[in-house]
Amino acid sequence: MSTPLSGPGSATQAPGRGPVGSRPPRSRAARDHAPITLTGLAGKVLLLGLTAGIAVWAAFPLIDGRNWAGLALLAATTAGLFYLYLTRRHIPAKYLVPGTLFLIAFQVFPVLYTASTAFTNFGDGHRGSKDEAVVAIQTSSVTQVPGSAEYALSIATKGDPATGSLVFLVTDPATGTVSAGDTGGLRQLDAADVTVAPGGKVTAADGYTVLNFGQASARSKEITDLVVPTAGGALRSSGLSRAYEGKAVRAYDAGCDCVRDTGTGQTWTADNEVGAFVAADGERLAQGWKVNVGLSNFTRVLTDENISGPFLGTLIWNFAFAIASTGGTFLLGMLIALVLHSPRMRGTNLYRVLLVLPYAMPSFAMLLAWRDMFNADFGLINNMFGLDVDWFGQPWTARMAVILVQLWLGYPYMFLVATGALQAIPRELTEATSVDGASPWQSLRAVTLPLLLVALSPLLISSFAYNFNNFNAIYLTTEGAPFPADNPTNGATDLLITYTYRLAFGGQGAEFGFAAAISLFIFAIVAVVSTVSFRRTRKQEEVYS
Amino acid sequence: MRIRTAGVVALFALALAASGCGGDSDEPTANQSPKAAGGKLVIWADDKRTAALKPFAEKFGKENGVTVEVQAVSKDLQTNFVTASQQGSGPDVVVGAHDWIGNMVQNGAIDPVQLSAEQKSAFNETAIKAVTFNGQLYGVPYAQENLALIRNTELAPEAPKTIEDLVAQGKQLKAAKKTTETLCLQVGQNGDAYHIYPLYSSAGGYLFGTAANGDYDPKDLGVGKPASVEAFKKIGALGEKGEGVLKRSISDTNSIATFTGKKCAYLVSGPWAVADVKKANIAYDISAIPGFAGGKEAQPFVGVQAFYVAAKGKNKALAQEFVANYTTTPELAVALYNAEPRPPALTAALDQVKGSDPDLAKFQEAGRNGQVLPAIPAMAAIWDPFGKAEAAVIGGADPSSTITAAGKTISGQIK
Repeated sequence: MSTPLSGPGSATQAPGRGPVGSRPPRSRAARDHAPITLTGLAGKVLLLGLTAGIAVWAAFPLIDGRNWAGLALLAATTAGLFYLYLTRRHIPAKYLVPGTLFLIAFQVFPVLYTASTAFTNFGDGHRGSKDEAVVAIQTSSVTQVPGSAEYALSIATKGDPATGSLVFLVTDPATGTVSAGDTGGLRQLDAADVTVAPGGKVTAADGYTVLNFGQASARSKEITDLVVPTAGGALRSSGLSRAYEGKAVRAYDAGCDCVRDTGTGQTWTADNEVGAFVAADGERLAQGWKVNVGLSNFTRVLTDENISGPFLGTLIWNFAFAIASTGGTFLLGMLIALVLHSPRMRGTNLYRVLLVLPYAMPSFAMLLAWRDMFNADFGLINNMFGLDVDWFGQPWTARMAVILVQLWLGYPYMFLVATGALQAIPRELTEATSVDGASPWQSLRAVTLPLLLVALSPLLISSFAYNFNNFNAIYLTTEGAPFPADNPTNGATDLLITYTYRLAFGGQGAEFGFAAAISLFIFAIVAVVSTVSFRRTRKQEEVYS
Repeated sequence: MRIRTAGVVALFALALAASGCGGDSDEPTANQSPKAAGGKLVIWADDKRTAALKPFAEKFGKENGVTVEVQAVSKDLQTNFVTASQQGSGPDVVVGAHDWIGNMVQNGAIDPVQLSAEQKSAFNETAIKAVTFNGQLYGVPYAQENLALIRNTELAPEAPKTIEDLVAQGKQLKAAKKTTETLCLQVGQNGDAYHIYPLYSSAGGYLFGTAANGDYDPKDLGVGKPASVEAFKKIGALGEKGEGVLKRSISDTNSIATFTGKKCAYLVSGPWAVADVKKANIAYDISAIPGFAGGKEAQPFVGVQAFYVAAKGKNKALAQEFVANYTTTPELAVALYNAEPRPPALTAALDQVKGSDPDLAKFQEAGRNGQVLPAIPAMAAIWDPFGKAEAAVIGGADPSSTITAAGKTISGQIK
């Protein structure tokens, strides 16, 4: 957005660029003699130090994650920045680089990330990799062997508490015998060698160091991973003081690329197209993984009738809402600004403060307050005016209500910017028109309004783009209501953004991939509208300037 | 010359910054190699629970020589937990509602908890059933909650036996200008599946059938079936075009306030409403939500709050120790009850607080025949379409076409 905004500005500066361009020899001489101030140097050192600090801070997680490409990029960027600001050359780049870096970090990267997500099935049930899904399936299928005992557990080692290999000391509740278990299996210990507390927990054993909770929890992962094989399955820890005999009922078999249930013999074969293990009868295991699905998210938007059916109607209302919100607030704000701009008006400051009040209140709270005011039975509006209107229950009243709320919330902003722009228009111009015998209306239409529009057009366009995607305005008031009785997915006040939010997050879990695809469609629409508008604005500016 | 000075000073600053940041990064590196410290347990809970958990977490830490951190996540705890888990920055233990289980399991975010038969028997049976998913126990419950009928005993001294009784009594009060509404049951512009479910079940509707292993079966969807249409015909008869008992203008924001303002004699709500009712000094009593005359019992949803062990936590053994062996003690359950009065799931804890709070037993009695809120991921597809169908029918739409359409939308969203 900032690029087209600066377009007209740079164009108007173009004539002045000639002399600047012819100056290089002089400016180089000036640069060599440019004094290095202490503040300047300190600022430079501080900022570069900060850059280095951030780079070091960012390097640790990259090293941890063994992300060498990322680390190389980080090092190259940091080195580049240091070179750029320590050398005396490349003056233009010194100005351009910070903005470009921020543009990449906050605009380009999110857009690219969204775009790349749109080609995947990333969402609930498909968040991680296939390996993670396999681990999750196996761990969640570990069940206690029926009829097996629960053991009191102590964690012990023969070596150093921090590094020695771990041993489970377990007490059989039925016999009271103590055994030591490791990956090799269980070995019974001599009752004389062990001290057993009343609960059955071993507190000391000859030849072993019993770990306390602090020591044991420091080696948490090893304890969770330690599985002591037994006849019926394997002894596993349940926390640090109990062990049970458990068995993973489901196991992954790399040979058939499938998950097999050892109890029932049922198999679920990996389907790498959908990112899930699917049985022959179509049943899927809940834990899936993220896969590339190509264009299917995009084709779903276009071909699914539930989505493309109401799309056009929603798009039209979306335009109407954005235009009405922007236009309405602009007209109201500008009218008030014109009135208060009149030199004959008294107490303008007080009025200005009062008028800006809605702008000073948090819009979230105001939207909720307005929602309650439109309540058919208990709402302030019906009660105050003695009406019996089911505001959010009928399409047109609901649409009117949300636009009214937007008008109230948005006019102070337009009033503020219009006031500013009006004060920037020299009074001589309007005085000149009155000398020429123009009526106030004529002077407004021919002089004030065009000058005002030159200043405010970019703001109107950005306001339009904002309102086009004004999620809160709908979601906190009507939530898209009223809905046709036979279609709960698309309501009369739904904007594209609220409608698609419901599609992507309303069903069985969040579908980020699908949501990303839709947001790319919306991005395309807003981008086209904005580009066309900015083109027209530029033409308009050329006419008036 | 000057270039060199600047370069030297900058390098010096770099060294300073690096050493400064080195100091900062000592902490995370210590966490990643916990050999230095005694191990750390991180718990995520919402604001209220965090405050109640803190003293117990500290006690657990002190007794066992570990550090326990309770962190409050005030918004979207489940989503934040699932996302953070995936990135490896999640907690070891999380506290939340049992209907999150389905989604957390399909994202591989939580591990099953192994409780001994003895430990299990200390809990209310419904609570254990609620945290069981695919035949595995995924959490340790500590509190349960369900809807009940709260009535103003000054206006309505007798608990209604049926909905018809309630409507008749409510209408009399309305005719006598004592109240302005018959029943405060929140509907809202887009419906409220949770609050209408008791009436829906009483009229014969169901959401999911039961599979062979006792879990809900997402393939057997009850919405859109003839029984659900019949149920919504009965609900529609109570709606705006019928008796005017159920109204879209009564919503989550004003339903309790309307009751405490004495504008209605009956309120359908849960334990969370009691604080407001007490504050308004209303003489009240709690009973089961009545069903339709000649219909089935009205079954409210039973929800359970539970502790879960994160699958990708850094300290799983300690987390399991905390969840399986420490949260099963009555003291903790009582402290959590004091933070927010919901009936404890541990029978011993419930017995302990029942004496000082008679409402608890009444809520539990009202939820005795309740249905465990389905935790399967498919349930997420129900809420929105079902609620909207409810709102449409209450507003006067044709039940048959509305519910059929809702059923179609829901089944289209279930994978």
